[in-house]
Amino acid sequence: MIQLDAKIPQGPLAEKWSRHKDALKLVNPANKKKLEIIVVGSGLAGASAAGALGELGYNVKVFCFQDSPRRAHSVAAQGGISAAKNYKNDGDSVYRLFLDMLKGGDYRAREANVYRAAEVSNQVIDHLTALGVPFARDYGGTLDNRSFGGVQVSRTFYAKGQTGQQCLLGAYSSLNRQVAKGTVVMYPRRDMLDLVVIGGKARGIIVRNLVTGQIERHGAHAVVLATGGYGTVFYLSTLALGSNASAAWAAYKKGAMFANPSFIQIHPTSIPVLNDYQSKLTLMSESLRNDGRVWVPLQAGDKRHPNAIPEHERDYYLERRYPAFGNLVPRDVASRAAKERCDAGFGVGETGLSVYLDFKDSIARLGKAAIEARYSNLFEMYQKITGDDPYTQPMRIYPAGHYTMGGLWVDYNLMTTIDGLFAIGESNFSDHGANRLGASSLLQCAGDGYFILPNTISDYLAGEIRTPKTNVAAPEFEKSQIETQQRIERLMNIKGSKTASSFHKRLGKILWDHCGMVRSQEGLKKGMALLDELQNEFYSDLALPGSATEVNQELEKALRVADFFEVGKLMIEDALERNESCGAHFREEYQTATGEAQRNDRDYAFVAAWQFTGSGQKPVMHKEPLVFESVELKERSYA
Amino acid sequence: MDITLKIWRQKNTAIKGKFENYTLKGVSPEMSFLEMLDYLNKTLIEAGKEPVVFEHDCREGICGACGLYINGRPHGPLTHTTTCELHMREFKDGDTIVVEPWRSKAFPIIKDLSVDRSAFDKILIAGGFINIDTGAAAEANSILISKTLADKAFDAAVCIGCGACVAACQNSSAMLFVAAKVAQYAMLPQGKVEANERVLKMVDSMDDLGFGFCSNTYACEFDCPKGISVEFIAQMNREFLWAKTCKK
Repeated sequence: MIQLDAKIPQGPLAEKWSRHKDALKLVNPANKKKLEIIVVGSGLAGASAAGALGELGYNVKVFCFQDSPRRAHSVAAQGGISAAKNYKNDGDSVYRLFLDMLKGGDYRAREANVYRAAEVSNQVIDHLTALGVPFARDYGGTLDNRSFGGVQVSRTFYAKGQTGQQCLLGAYSSLNRQVAKGTVVMYPRRDMLDLVVIGGKARGIIVRNLVTGQIERHGAHAVVLATGGYGTVFYLSTLALGSNASAAWAAYKKGAMFANPSFIQIHPTSIPVLNDYQSKLTLMSESLRNDGRVWVPLQAGDKRHPNAIPEHERDYYLERRYPAFGNLVPRDVASRAAKERCDAGFGVGETGLSVYLDFKDSIARLGKAAIEARYSNLFEMYQKITGDDPYTQPMRIYPAGHYTMGGLWVDYNLMTTIDGLFAIGESNFSDHGANRLGASSLLQCAGDGYFILPNTISDYLAGEIRTPKTNVAAPEFEKSQIETQQRIERLMNIKGSKTASSFHKRLGKILWDHCGMVRSQEGLKKGMALLDELQNEFYSDLALPGSATEVNQELEKALRVADFFEVGKLMIEDALERNESCGAHFREEYQTATGEAQRNDRDYAFVAAWQFTGSGQKPVMHKEPLVFESVELKERSYA
Repeated sequence: MDITLKIWRQKNTAIKGKFENYTLKGVSPEMSFLEMLDYLNKTLIEAGKEPVVFEHDCREGICGACGLYINGRPHGPLTHTTTCELHMREFKDGDTIVVEPWRSKAFPIIKDLSVDRSAFDKILIAGGFINIDTGAAAEANSILISKTLADKAFDAAVCIGCGACVAACQNSSAMLFVAAKVAQYAMLPQGKVEANERVLKMVDSMDDLGFGFCSNTYACEFDCPKGISVEFIAQMNREFLWAKTCKK
């Protein structure tokens, strides 16, 4: 078995990062000019990394599938970004932020990485503010904070319900500044379809130009993936429709191990499915649970209008089950609790698959204006989609696929198991364990991009200063390009009758039913069999119009769906292997008497890192033991 | 409900396009406008025809990718609503809906309803940023900003870069887009330092890229899905004049 070396620095937790930074090799400015770095993905992680690397003087090439970096899905993060500033004097500290994230992740994240994320959080806020991000402020002119799920302090910085948009546009501006300086070159409308590895090192990528259809080769001294998560595997999710797994998957197939693929967060508060052609589920920010109360009728099947149901006939089940945290329990707990009520017949709405999120009490206490100031854009969004007014009647919400804690395995330097290939932001696995706490994804993206990767990548690049510019005529590029073209031709030649989206929808349903909020050995095995069957149908009955040498959005979808089949299977493998419940991974067989997740620290305190062994072959699982030096593992209780 | 769609089809930038009519049966009022187009495309593909290319991504009104001219109005009939947030419940059984791409010299058509809006990126690259290196920032609360000003800066910063302002303007002017960014940075102390240079560079870039002059009709504000105010254009004009004066 391969020994995974996480390269966690020695020394006390609070000193690891600073000691490590002091020991990392540097590259002098003259040499930086000679080195090229490819960054794939231009969201908050990719854009901030590209900006910071450009500032340092490297030659950076950034690729994204969107027409502009400003559209990357970080833009949709709503609620906020956490930092350990302790501006509220409520007992917050770097250690507490670390502890909340580690506990929130149900002790399945790497301790040292989580601590570092908390450690750089304050710098992140300083930097974003300096970039002109208009965070909310208090009357005295200082920055304001609010609270989020799974914590008991107020440490979340926000810009109404558009924090992700504002942070991304800040990072995009720092990237644009480098484009103006010539250190960064942008390649939009490109889909990364393969990673090129030469002599064991990542040296470039193969992309499809989404306007011309041309397959292009791009070389570099190192490749950084900032390609986000794969939550769209469920088809219906809170993600942008273009979000996909393909870049990370190409890396996996070239030798980068994939860690904890089954750890997918199901967000508790999304607008429920309203029609059969629904393409997307819209998130209603977790911040709403600060002022909204979740409830269902006490009586199963109560069809009365919510406003007609009196107080004593309502079950505020989160407050009932978790008095200490109430409506602000972590996402996995809130999601399962909603599913439990709906499965038991207490769900509301036509399908019975939703619960109420009610602002009545907050509006009575604080006034409509105060609620408007906090959430107006979310309320408007809700009204546009559903046609209902959440100021006068409760929202209806249901859990939806949202965030992938799993991702490419990386060491402390954020390098994958392929030398010279780095993964940052949601595309890696390192910071959120089995469940991510709200407001920590933006933190990780900006932390990785601005403050961590620029330090750690130099340690690798210091060994590359004598390496000439990568020759894209090398046989490895040739081979990769031919294989990519063959994959495209295979799909184009099926000439079947069903659209890529129709397969995606069915694939998503299988995973939602069998590898979603609740899993069981039997269900997972059934899901695997159904996936096999559907995958065969996909390769024999896919309908793809047009040609590959022009704009072809159906081809883009089909390539992504082809990968989602494989991603889904790895998720199931991973979920089957983990005979415990932890965070978002809830195995029916492993629960406490009160229906809470039952962790098994003795046997499963490890990261499951999966190695690709060939198409159609069973992947091999490697374990990185999780060693906790600073905390004692506890049952995660929010009661 | 059953509807008739009149959609602009164009193979690529070079080949001239034309309207084509489609009858679509069984549209649900719960569908979003883009889900209706997904449905149309499904029927087209299953009939062996080429689907309609249109831009979209987040489908919740924040990424700015979608943007269609619907019945003669950018993003359709509702105010403060992006195309992806528009739902079919706003239309009636038997309606004919005309769907066109943004039309502006600065936004060439790529295919069907998809246009190239990279001119917006170019304007921001010309100066839409604050010059600060990573690591150089002061403690965030060391610079106080009044809540009123911070909120105002936020109101300008909500632009999603969809291009509706350009599409709405009879001169295809990008003034509202540029003004929103100029104003956001000019209002914040962090961006104030280089406000003069910024506004000159961004306005020059806007002019070079083929956008027209402000038409003073306020159509941009009216059709902006985020409701960005033309007051920011007035502010940009002041900033511009002041910057010119200082330069002399």
